[in-house]
Amino acid sequence: MTRLDLGLLLAATAAVAIAAPAAAQMNHMNMPGMNMPGMKMPMPAKKPTAKKPTTKKPVAKKPAAAKAGAKKAGARTAIAKKVTPTKRPGPAKADPMAGHDMSAMPGMEMPAGHDMAGMTNMPAAGTDLPPGNAPPPPVPTDHAADTAYGAQNMAMGRHHLKEGHGGQKLSQVMVNLAETQFRNGHDGFEWNGEGWYGGDINRLWVKSEGDGNFGRSIKRAEVQALYSHAIGPYFNLQGGLRYDFKPNPSRVYATIGLEGLAPGFFELDSQLFLSNKGELLARAEAYYDQRITQRLILQPRAELNFAAQSTRETGTGAGLSDAEIGLRLRYDIRREFAPYVGVQYRRAFGDTRKYLREAGEDPGGFSLLTGIHFWF
Amino acid sequence: MFDKFAIERRQFLRAAALGGAGASLAGVMPAWAQAVSSGLVPLPTVSGTEIALSIGRVAVRVDGKVSREIGINGTVPGPLIRLKEGQHVRLKVTNTLDEDSSIHWHGLLVPFTMDGVPGVSFPGIKPHSTFDYQFDVSQSGTYWYHSHSGYQEEDGLYGPIVIDPAGVDPVAYDREHVLVLSDHSPMSGAMIFKKLKQMGGGYFNMQRLTLSGQLAGRDMTPAERHQWAQMRMDPADIADVTGSTYNYTVNGHGPFDNWTGLFSAGERVRLRIINAAAQTTFNVRIPDLPMTIVQADGQNVRPVTIDEFQIGVAETYDVIVTPQDRAYSFISESIDRSGLGRATIAPRAGMIAPVPPLRPRPLLTMADMGMAGMDHGGSMAGMDMSKAPNPATARGVDPSAEQNASRNLWKLTGWKEPTDHGSMAATAATMVMSGQQSGSMAGMDMGQSASARPSSPSDSMAGMDMGSMNMRDLSKAPQVKDGPGVQTISPMPTDRSGEPPVGLEGLDHRVLVYRDLVALTRNPDVRAPSRSMDIHLTGNMERYMWSFDGVKMSDPAAPIPFRLGERVRVTLINDTMMPHPIHLHGHFFELVIGHGANAPRKHTVNVPPGSKMTFDLTASAAGDWAFHCHNLYHMTAGMMRVVTVRPITGEAA
Repeated sequence: MTRLDLGLLLAATAAVAIAAPAAAQMNHMNMPGMNMPGMKMPMPAKKPTAKKPTTKKPVAKKPAAAKAGAKKAGARTAIAKKVTPTKRPGPAKADPMAGHDMSAMPGMEMPAGHDMAGMTNMPAAGTDLPPGNAPPPPVPTDHAADTAYGAQNMAMGRHHLKEGHGGQKLSQVMVNLAETQFRNGHDGFEWNGEGWYGGDINRLWVKSEGDGNFGRSIKRAEVQALYSHAIGPYFNLQGGLRYDFKPNPSRVYATIGLEGLAPGFFELDSQLFLSNKGELLARAEAYYDQRITQRLILQPRAELNFAAQSTRETGTGAGLSDAEIGLRLRYDIRREFAPYVGVQYRRAFGDTRKYLREAGEDPGGFSLLTGIHFWF
Repeated sequence: MFDKFAIERRQFLRAAALGGAGASLAGVMPAWAQAVSSGLVPLPTVSGTEIALSIGRVAVRVDGKVSREIGINGTVPGPLIRLKEGQHVRLKVTNTLDEDSSIHWHGLLVPFTMDGVPGVSFPGIKPHSTFDYQFDVSQSGTYWYHSHSGYQEEDGLYGPIVIDPAGVDPVAYDREHVLVLSDHSPMSGAMIFKKLKQMGGGYFNMQRLTLSGQLAGRDMTPAERHQWAQMRMDPADIADVTGSTYNYTVNGHGPFDNWTGLFSAGERVRLRIINAAAQTTFNVRIPDLPMTIVQADGQNVRPVTIDEFQIGVAETYDVIVTPQDRAYSFISESIDRSGLGRATIAPRAGMIAPVPPLRPRPLLTMADMGMAGMDHGGSMAGMDMSKAPNPATARGVDPSAEQNASRNLWKLTGWKEPTDHGSMAATAATMVMSGQQSGSMAGMDMGQSASARPSSPSDSMAGMDMGSMNMRDLSKAPQVKDGPGVQTISPMPTDRSGEPPVGLEGLDHRVLVYRDLVALTRNPDVRAPSRSMDIHLTGNMERYMWSFDGVKMSDPAAPIPFRLGERVRVTLINDTMMPHPIHLHGHFFELVIGHGANAPRKHTVNVPPGSKMTFDLTASAAGDWAFHCHNLYHMTAGMMRVVTVRPITGEAA
């Protein structure tokens, strides 16, 4: 065929491989990054042993002259005198290393470490040498650029450097549930969301949840303001205050809890609450995002509320007071915006159930629901 | 004539699209990056000893969509800066933005005060002011420049540098092209970072494991899925930011724009390939055209001929190709195969070549968790692992996986049969899975060979109880600061420099591994290191925190000290499940991969997940230098340190 055929290409490659060490002998002073001090030592002016390639296109041009003279040296050559070049391997010995380049056929890759095979008769040099055990130098406390640009100018730059490389303060508002619930009797609504602001470790959190029936007052509405501190790769310790707008009379609770990601990618949130009237409550919430496709996501979710005592005023019964179990199927139009449909079963237990019945309220049951999951 | 018309038409379209918006649209691309380029000769570029650069807002058009970016001298990428080894250069950089900016000369050995990292080497370039960079050019090769301020690199502030050697170039070529690879998003870099912080890897990844994939028998078995879930790790987390927002560009042109580099048949063409992306690792190949690597990170290496290589962010590779009288597709496929960049190399303008389909998104394996050192199944050593296809290739990828628009190019360009060996097994697997039985396809052999290996590496390890393995044993890394930013510690990290990079396992064509790289000339400093040190690459995908040794730049982190002139062996231990392109400013280091005094010299090394990578560093340049992961969002999350090189004063060396 033409001179472009594969064989010639290989020949050209081989020629480069063979000629390369020779070129290296002569041309190293012209190589990029070669202004390193070690190379300032005079070299034996060794003639290349490899023959000039016979292809039509010589791939390694013979350098006009080996510039062995000292190059313009800046501050970078401060260690020149310390460098002791070891014996240079000759091109003939280096060839077997380069030889593998010619293996153009698939499946010819040699096992790892094959490069060493041809070099066993050579003295170890460079990166083959073992390191010593000198101690590290002390950590300086000043900044090198201060002398050039002034400490004040650099201080602002360093501030931005920190802020922009791990010190960012960000925020998110996530409304996990915002839905209408259809059930026998009174259709209702429910919301559950949270927001945060801060860095990686310390954040200010706000949580809110509540529910009610259309046409009647909100049954339950609470807001929490929390300080959140990351205590491991997955969990945050959160403490703060919870205020219940509903039911009346309202309550203020001190709260502490643990929020995070459990093995299996379950999102968990558990909290203890102590009210200003001395009542002790607890809550555990969990959900899991089961991706059916990249955008269709099934979210099983459960919320359990516990109380240490029965309190008629707030309609809370001792023990497991109420539970919610739901299954929601959402579609991520965008990650930030996903409408959903679902079903939820809610039930009040024990005294809670009794209080609801006495008030003529619905103690629980199934509801179908539709809503929007969104965040920004 | 055709060229002229094409350019005029582009300008017309731009003007029409912008209307009276008042935005200054990127003028004509710099000549080297115009839609059709005949190469770098004569030099259509900025060069000389006095160079003026202006940073400013521009509107750019990628695949027909206009977005606002930050450019240099009105273009994205910025102009090619062509210099000559041995010259002195003065670069006057004017910042016309309303925010601070900077330019860092990536890979150039300059005094640290000219290195361009705000807060480390200089204060930064204030809004509406000019900074004078001046330095001697003491090297040659392919490099690049980019902003080191905020997220401006994502927003378009990057460009190529080519430095001609003072003497004869040992690499012979008849023509050269620069190919600047990048990832272009309509979202701002700051917004991308915010989404990552808010939702971790789940925001951009549209190729995750799903129930539909499990039911279809794709990707992983239920047992394997369970084990990964127990560890709270996502094996499909290959790239943080993906084709769901990115368009992968070559010289600022999207895959449908199709930047074309011309050549004449018979020429040896040098392609200077620069990964200037913010966050994307690319797999680069030119189907039917072998590439001979002659330079890596601007440093000449012994020629090695391969069919595909992976290029980490900020790395550069120069390759020589000898194309025949036909068109070729240059493919820069993102590591997670959510999209590809595409250009054409052709003897005449207007020609195209078939573009291969996107290959299946790979999955992470045990080795990527730093378990490669464990004996799993008797004779099955690491080499077998690297020869076996990725589980996702063997079983097929999730049926609901989404890629960007470049997924359709293969249909539009007439890609018929899998002549490209690398995608053969993959294509066959896809065909089998989707039931498109075109029996007479030549690729069916490959399909069989793929299905003849039903036991993927992870299969054979399914029996292992990964759950009981402590993936966060800090006693294995005592220097790592325990904290929320450390999700895992690799239990048994190994040197993977001889293995194909993530997702390129088991291909039946030649894939570059780091161990193939041998410096063309003897290393300038061949002393034994006087000491050694480890640096752990740590992170937490759930919180999107990234750090060295568990300490973020902002924590604050103490600088890493070196004595001026000392030689130190540095081992990077990747405790995360992502490759990290680690870059040290102002220096080259030699990779310790068994090549003695001819170790490849690099400014950036892409450390595979769960592995160790060792280099010898001569701390030859006094001053404070930035040291960081070059994935922009890892760096901005904190994966950065100051390296300080100081003369020895009063201390015994």
